[in-house]
Amino acid sequence: MASIFMDNLGKIYTGGVRAVTGVNLDIADGEMIVLVGPSGCGKSTLLRMVAGLETISEGSLKIGDRVVDHLEPAERDIAMVFQNYALYPHMTVYNNLAYGLKNRGFAKSEIQRRVNEAAQMLEIAQFLDRKPRQLSGGQRQRVAMGRALVREPAAFLFDEPLSNLDAKLRVQMRVEIRQLQKRLGTTSLYVTHDQLEALTMADRLVVLNGGQIEQVGTPMELYSRPATTFVAGFIGSPAMNMLAAEYLRGLVPADTLSHVPTRADLIGIRPEDLSLAAPKDGEISLTGTLMLLEPAGAESHLHLRFAGHKDMIVARLPHVPQVAEGSDLTFSLSREKLHPFDSASGKRLS
Amino acid sequence: MVENNRWGNFFAHLVLILGVAIVIFPVYVAIIASTHPPGTFIRGVMPLLPGPNALENYKIVITEGRSRAGTPPIGGMLWNSFVMAMAITLGKLSISLLSAFAIVYFRFPFRIFFFWVIFLTLMLPVEVRIVPTFQVVADLGMLNSFAGLSIPLIASATATFLFRQFFMTVPEELMEAARVDGAGPMKFFKDILMPLSITNIAALFVIMFIYGWNQYLWPLLITTDPEYYTIVMGIQRMVTGGDSEPLWHLVMATVVLAALPPILVILFMQRLFVKGLTETEK
Repeated sequence: MASIFMDNLGKIYTGGVRAVTGVNLDIADGEMIVLVGPSGCGKSTLLRMVAGLETISEGSLKIGDRVVDHLEPAERDIAMVFQNYALYPHMTVYNNLAYGLKNRGFAKSEIQRRVNEAAQMLEIAQFLDRKPRQLSGGQRQRVAMGRALVREPAAFLFDEPLSNLDAKLRVQMRVEIRQLQKRLGTTSLYVTHDQLEALTMADRLVVLNGGQIEQVGTPMELYSRPATTFVAGFIGSPAMNMLAAEYLRGLVPADTLSHVPTRADLIGIRPEDLSLAAPKDGEISLTGTLMLLEPAGAESHLHLRFAGHKDMIVARLPHVPQVAEGSDLTFSLSREKLHPFDSASGKRLS
Repeated sequence: MVENNRWGNFFAHLVLILGVAIVIFPVYVAIIASTHPPGTFIRGVMPLLPGPNALENYKIVITEGRSRAGTPPIGGMLWNSFVMAMAITLGKLSISLLSAFAIVYFRFPFRIFFFWVIFLTLMLPVEVRIVPTFQVVADLGMLNSFAGLSIPLIASATATFLFRQFFMTVPEELMEAARVDGAGPMKFFKDILMPLSITNIAALFVIMFIYGWNQYLWPLLITTDPEYYTIVMGIQRMVTGGDSEPLWHLVMATVVLAALPPILVILFMQRLFVKGLTETEK
């Protein structure tokens, strides 16, 4: 177990393509960090740089108190879970788990003990004699986890490990991985493009965009105070609505928006902050035409068109209202729930 | 097949049976001919039923050879062929496995250039470069030796190309997982790549063995010592050697015996062989 320090890490591929720029991140011992971002944002590259599968072009990386920039993956004391599991197809599950230990010259009895322990923990003990192709996707995923577990490494690296599973299994494995990580207290770096996975699993969340860190923080910090329009749009589903500040200013009394900096020309509103309750004193009231009602079981998504506003606005209600499409609805919104942004820089103001 | 009607079936079988008959007939004639006494063939008619001399003919071929025409007993020639075919096969396999491994998994200067150089040699079969190759082998003093018989035939662009294509289909994550698991390049090659290519290796083994076994022109050129005669060129010497009429019954007995080792190799490797050509396990 160890902490990980990234000091100004950068990656430039041969040919000059910049994948990662200036990443500074300190990961505490036992912390679960989730790297999240759209495809091509450099999150996998960053993880592979930590693993040692990509060379580090700039900056320096420390695992524990060792600088590992030029060490082979095997010397870095990390274990990795791959997206497609990367199990050795010709080896039994037991040998898949044992291979890394054998290469490191562990005694046979120790290998046996660790493999059996990991197999118990992951409930794959009855599959130890099978080959990977005789296992289901979920079981393969467990074997891949087991291969990381038996090593008892300083850090786990997960590269989108759940993206090949179906939705139900994904939720189940998500919970299991998180529980296991908490129990073992092993420092973990987890890459995903799924913002829900990111929110639910992370101690701290790192949002990457274009190879740079957009924001680092606990999931709730990022959710309630996104630092940039990118984070605001990426974290949360449905995504945050963005209204032109000018449009909003023309709609409500001036003193209602007195707390919003005048420089802000974009106002973000979370879909769930719009409520159908009658506006209380000091609350903002907005009226729009319901274009589409999407019931989603416990909640519903209302797509609205506000007169004079270009984009549709989405509201999320914790129930399915009995309203007809095409009718006008009035929503109330607390003043404190506005997220002011500067559209040029994309930065949050206030 | 989608359709399954009686005439379709009948026709399909007819074509198959005809095809098999065309392939089998010469083999059948060879086996029949090897059982007749010497006089049968002088009439110019090839018998289609077995003759009485089978045991005797095979005994002569195995124990005496045809010493007057300069062909030794076939035991030694079979052994020579076997050694040559095995050397060519194993040499080809190990060299092409390693060069494909280098080309696919290592980044070194002029990698693509070297790949194309190897690929280009496909266009230069033994027959085309036979004179310079003979010169080189002669200068190196390898005439009349197993080294001279096998080494010039070992380099194989085909096998290198095949292994390259196979290695490229092996997911890169396997190599990365092995690196994380502490396996160096050669360990990865031995523990993961080789077992995964086992079916391809078996398929190539069969093909290469038969290629080596059937070598005719090259052994004919570089061996003058009967000690190093191979069975295929031995057959040729039996037919043309001496002034008398070719002893077809003995030639055919030799032919039948010469065909046995490749058949045995195919039988032993059959299961792996077919698997290697038709499916890839990944």
